[in-house]
Amino acid sequence: MFSDTNKIHRGDGQHPLDDRQEQGFVTLTLADQLCGVPVLAVREVITNSKIVRVPLAPSEIAGNINLRGRIVTAVDTRCRLGLEPAPDTADRVALVAESEGALYALLIDQVQEVLSLRLDMIEETPSNLSSTWRQFSTGVFRLPERLMVVLDIDRLLALPA
Amino acid sequence: MDDLLAEFLTETSESLSELDLAVVRLERAPDDQPTLSLIFRLVHTIKGTCGFLGLPRLERVAHASETVLDRLRNGSLSVSGEGIGLILSAIDRIRLIVDTISRTGAEPDGNDGELIAELIALAEGRMPVPATPAPAPASIPLPTPTLALDPVPPSTGAAAPPPASAPAANDHGADPAASRGQTIRVSVDVLETLMTLVSELVLTRNQFLQQLRASGNAELTGPVQRLSHLTTELQEGVMKTRMQPIGNVWNMLPRQVRDLAHDLGKRVDLVMHGAETELDRQVLELIKDPLTHMIRNSADHGLEGPEERQRAGKPPVGTITLSARHEGGHVVIEIEDDGRGIDVRRIADKAIAQGLSTRAQIDSMSDDEIRRFIFQPGFSTAAAVTSVSGRGVGMDVVKTNIEQIGGLIELHSVFGKGSRFLIKIPLTLAIVSALIVGVAGERFAIPQASVIEVVLPGTQSDTRMETIDGAAVLRLRDRLLPLIRLSTLLQLPDPPDGGATGKRTDMVAVIGIGSVRLGLIVDGVFDTEEIVVKPVANVLRHIPLFGGNTILEDGAVIMILDPTGIARHAGLDAARKDTARAVAEEDGDTDQRLDMLLVRAGIGAPKALPLSLISRLETFAADRLEVSGGRVVVQYRDDLMPIISLDETVDMPHLALHGDRKAVHPVLVFDNGGKPVGLMVEEILDVVNTALHVEFGTDRQGVLGAAVIAGRATDIIDAAFWLTRAAGNWFRATAAAATAKPRLLVIDDSSFFRQLVAPSLSAAGYDVTVADSAEKALAMREAGRSFDAIVSDIEMPGLGGLGFARKVREGGSWVDMPLLALTGSDTVQEARSAGFTDTIRKFERDTLLSSLKQCLSQPIAA
Repeated sequence: MFSDTNKIHRGDGQHPLDDRQEQGFVTLTLADQLCGVPVLAVREVITNSKIVRVPLAPSEIAGNINLRGRIVTAVDTRCRLGLEPAPDTADRVALVAESEGALYALLIDQVQEVLSLRLDMIEETPSNLSSTWRQFSTGVFRLPERLMVVLDIDRLLALPA
Repeated sequence: MDDLLAEFLTETSESLSELDLAVVRLERAPDDQPTLSLIFRLVHTIKGTCGFLGLPRLERVAHASETVLDRLRNGSLSVSGEGIGLILSAIDRIRLIVDTISRTGAEPDGNDGELIAELIALAEGRMPVPATPAPAPASIPLPTPTLALDPVPPSTGAAAPPPASAPAANDHGADPAASRGQTIRVSVDVLETLMTLVSELVLTRNQFLQQLRASGNAELTGPVQRLSHLTTELQEGVMKTRMQPIGNVWNMLPRQVRDLAHDLGKRVDLVMHGAETELDRQVLELIKDPLTHMIRNSADHGLEGPEERQRAGKPPVGTITLSARHEGGHVVIEIEDDGRGIDVRRIADKAIAQGLSTRAQIDSMSDDEIRRFIFQPGFSTAAAVTSVSGRGVGMDVVKTNIEQIGGLIELHSVFGKGSRFLIKIPLTLAIVSALIVGVAGERFAIPQASVIEVVLPGTQSDTRMETIDGAAVLRLRDRLLPLIRLSTLLQLPDPPDGGATGKRTDMVAVIGIGSVRLGLIVDGVFDTEEIVVKPVANVLRHIPLFGGNTILEDGAVIMILDPTGIARHAGLDAARKDTARAVAEEDGDTDQRLDMLLVRAGIGAPKALPLSLISRLETFAADRLEVSGGRVVVQYRDDLMPIISLDETVDMPHLALHGDRKAVHPVLVFDNGGKPVGLMVEEILDVVNTALHVEFGTDRQGVLGAAVIAGRATDIIDAAFWLTRAAGNWFRATAAAATAKPRLLVIDDSSFFRQLVAPSLSAAGYDVTVADSAEKALAMREAGRSFDAIVSDIEMPGLGGLGFARKVREGGSWVDMPLLALTGSDTVQEARSAGFTDTIRKFERDTLLSSLKQCLSQPIAA
């Protein structure tokens, strides 16, 4: 088993680098793939928000959301990861995260639970994953049932301006 | 520090600012009894209070000053320049002592003996005072009693900064609050946060109200109404914290005008009305510099010297009137002088001399339009550059600054009588009034300040939408208004026509950006709403059409359109003068003036091509035309020149053999790699120097596109097409024989110029590659492409020509390559220092060719 904690993204940056340290992950699905993001990087989860699209915006930008008087840019995570667009009928769930002082909403298919996982259990992203996935993933957890890909929110939000 | 002292210090600080203004006023109007009384009263109060508080040093200075002022007031002493200077230094001394008290709680040590002696001497009429300025006591260096002395150093910087006592001391010290009494300093950030929170509160309230109305819960109505009122009041209150009287900016002006008038040998009276008018501090900050500049301008250019004024039958003292007032959601500021006014003829001459306009254009302009030239960049009518103004930067910057905050500036002037500038600016930048329009099922906001009117195009001829060569225009009160369909601009799908709602009706929002007018076609207009402008997210900031976004009362997030961005995107910049004839061009800015040759050939629109492409204009009598190998040729300069007709319906061999022998045919002669080629036309119409906006996208062979020249739709000829056709097989042999043509890279963001330059260079025997940006060119370098020389435009978006040259010269495989700059303006020096080998004006074909030859120092394959 590989153990390369340096590659783990820590949403808060406050935890000491201790291999036995546990970190909370919000698990979610994107086109049936189980993914996780550090819970501390997520400010809140919003559902069924009205998304107003922005003309001329890059395709990764789904539009704007009014989050209690703040304008939040919605990022189409599926598009960012090179996945098929979500079916129109799907409920849109979004994780709100902050990047460089601005709020973003990462659209996902479903949010599941919060898991506390030992950081030394993370494994390197398999090299045969597509370059897009490798770019946005910081590692993989082998959960009893299935694999969970850890996504790097900062990288997902580092959109070309 | 006890409360009494703290209150005294606050009050005295205020009095001192008032004193500065009053003394300057006094100098201008020595007999102004109210001003004298005011000054006396202020100094008297200071004196009285400090006696009471036990501040002996301050009391002595104030007392001596009061004595002088008392004499002035009762008329036993008259005001003189030296006297004013002395009073100002006494005020400065008082300020210094007060500042020290506010920091340390006690009077500073020091001796004011000399100043007091001078004041007493003045009071007793024993002026002038000793020529040498009073030496400052060692403990506290004192300001010298000169007229140039400046009690507010940060605002003018005219005099050497006074010593440690500087008023800036107000900003620090042990107990800064003490000198402020009822006011406290709050960080702007705190206010901004409050502002944001209140805006959100207002929006939440609106949503709440809406839901309440829907549910019809009567019990809640009372409390909710109260909540609603409180929210509104809170909003107003928070807005008010950001407001400041405009007088805060004006305060420094009297002193500046006084010093300026002194330097210029003029007498100037600055009258101010409405100093208490309040506006947002952000706006205030932004208009400070423009305002100062304009006042200085008025004093320098506007007002005449005393002699000239007297000759014109005016009082020797010139008056500048500055006023401010609220008008709706705006503040109107007027700057008026009774000087010489603006000489329209001089402006016109200057505009022509600077190439901003032509005599013919001037003749068709109104005086107001001509006067507006002073807002053009680089325009200055001052015959000589003075230290004050006339440096050629000025009114254009003022105008830009004011327009940036959504304001507008107007100029009225009567020659010989004076000028009046009217500035209208919004009260605040945080909240703007906007027109909400609908397009393709979505809503957008247009800042109301740019919206002139909304027109419902009808079927009558005066408001009908028409198209000229595919470009939509609206005839609106005898002017042609270029139209842009918003859905096309935003790349939104057009909703299907017809359907349940019947035929879609277009509405036109007429927007004005500076002098440019354009119409935006929208599906509907909803309402005007006060909106809170929020900046767009970083990832969307590159879209030039949006100025921000906002949340409407119903909670929807919508984008705010930026009229300037739209005009620029549509190629209708403010730089364009002839807006009515505008033809939108999507491919960057081709706002270059070119000499275009207008010709007639066949039916349809006149045809035009750049004069610079043509080497000669000739006429040939029909009997000189010969037929050789099925082609028509003439003997021309010891050569056989093939001739074809620009009118494809003309059968050339038939014309040569059977046509009217006496006819004379005009022929445009091109140089095709050293071989002449002729293009026959019916008639040469004119040569017009024009800014060209070409609408591309025609599929007619031999035509690049269309443009409006001299008021008529004109086909722009693709010279390269005709050249190849004329030369055809004729030169194929030579072309094939030509070994290794020099490889050229042509970089230009305008496809029009690429299409012009590239063919003529190919015709001259080069192997031409084109790139539409410096970045793309650099990518070619990275890809290992190699050329013999590069021809680049200077003005391009992104890296630009200069940046490109620097990159090339920094290193890499192109480091030694000859680089030629094509430029529309005179930037030779800059271009050279960036690394260009040579600079050629756009579009001087011959110079370009000879320069290329030199650079490549090898014969061009012909």
